Amino acid sequence: MIKEIAGGLLGTLILGSTVSAEEFTLAQKNKAFSQDVLKVKVGDTVNFRNDDNFFHNVFSLSDAQFFDLGSFPQGQSKPVTFDTAGTIEVECAIHPEMQMVIEVSE
Amino acid sequence: MKNKAILLAIICCLLNYHSFSFAAEYQDLTFKAGHASLQDWLLPDAPPYPENNQPSEARVALGKMLFFDPRIGGDGNMSCASCHNPLLGWSDALPTAKGFKSQILGRASPVITNTAFNSLQMWDGRKKTLEDQAIGPMEASVEMQTNFTDLLNLLNHTEDYQAAFEKAYPGEGVNKNTVAKAIANFERTIISNNSPFDQWVKGDKSALTEQEITGFKLFVNPEKGNCEVCHSAPNFTDNGFHNIGLASWGDENPDVGRYSERPLGLMKGAFKTPTLRDASLSAPYFHDGSSSSLEQAVDHYVIGGVVKTNLSPNMKKSNLDDSEKAALVAFLKKLTSPQKHFVMPILPTK
Repeated sequence: MIKEIAGGLLGTLILGSTVSAEEFTLAQKNKAFSQDVLKVKVGDTVNFRNDDNFFHNVFSLSDAQFFDLGSFPQGQSKPVTFDTAGTIEVECAIHPEMQMVIEVSE
Repeated sequence: MKNKAILLAIICCLLNYHSFSFAAEYQDLTFKAGHASLQDWLLPDAPPYPENNQPSEARVALGKMLFFDPRIGGDGNMSCASCHNPLLGWSDALPTAKGFKSQILGRASPVITNTAFNSLQMWDGRKKTLEDQAIGPMEASVEMQTNFTDLLNLLNHTEDYQAAFEKAYPGEGVNKNTVAKAIANFERTIISNNSPFDQWVKGDKSALTEQEITGFKLFVNPEKGNCEVCHSAPNFTDNGFHNIGLASWGDENPDVGRYSERPLGLMKGAFKTPTLRDASLSAPYFHDGSSSSLEQAVDHYVIGGVVKTNLSPNMKKSNLDDSEKAALVAFLKKLTSPQKHFVMPILPTK
């Protein structure tokens, strides 16, 4: 577990020093995303981090980009790199009141 | 070496933070009548209304007539109340509903109680508003099979109905849209927010017994009942979708539930969390009606579900003993509000 986290941090540091694309963190807390709208550029990565003490299942069925991160518990995060410009509507499958939008520009 | 130590310290801080925040939400509650930490469990006095269907006496009166009018059904003998009967906790006491010509349907009739607070309607969440939901069963051939041409003809040629529509929705006419709006407006008056539990939260020490307070503690404790994870404050629902591992999920070609609306793996066999307010009035329980009592429903959760394929990750086996299960059920029974005086409508015939 510690190795995985250490590896993740190290990976982030290495990526941060060699790649111009940005990384963002979007938290899920109290059954809400930490931002209603997030603006990123093509190539950027968003880490979806669960800060609630129960599971979430973040997904998007948007035409611009489909993803289903599956369920993950508190403390874990899953990355999505956005490779297409467009508006990505993001929800939690378990808690559909959790909705936000990622605007991906060139 | 020094860097490794710093990294380890950071990681330990992160882990401690998460561990602390997991426990704090339960531990922050003080189980005393009227305590500030409990106030999130109180529902507002009134539910939200859409801008184009604000409440009025005339709208509620019209909606009530339509809700109880058996002429809405395709055979002229089935109303909304046939399945959502106030005498039976706004449901029908059947495991699964009976539709047009008494054919047995696949899912239980959901209660109307507090659906006004829901962000999605139906077991699979396929309707966004009560207005949409009201029309759904009428249009379904297996449910009410309403002939809208005949229904609107009847309503337009019944003087008292015509007057009631004009009073409720001036200038909007008698049509499918105003029928839906009136029924939804009435349904938003079916509210349970004054249970003994609510009285206790407001400060009445005598509203709950020690056993019932113990039941509430078990309900919210993630290491015990773990009920609050889905049946959350204040309406005892997260408005979410979960596969709770019912035996029927193991059937051949089982009901996939929410998956039909959101084709995501976790949604296979997931259904909407119902409110527990007034639940003691509306047995049997679960979308397939497979639990005949609150005791049975609690037993299902204690064993962590029967069929565990694609089980909700928020569900887990618990270690409640018989005394704790009894306390939990005793608490659940205190979520029922005192019954209000209810006047049935006289339906227009001329």
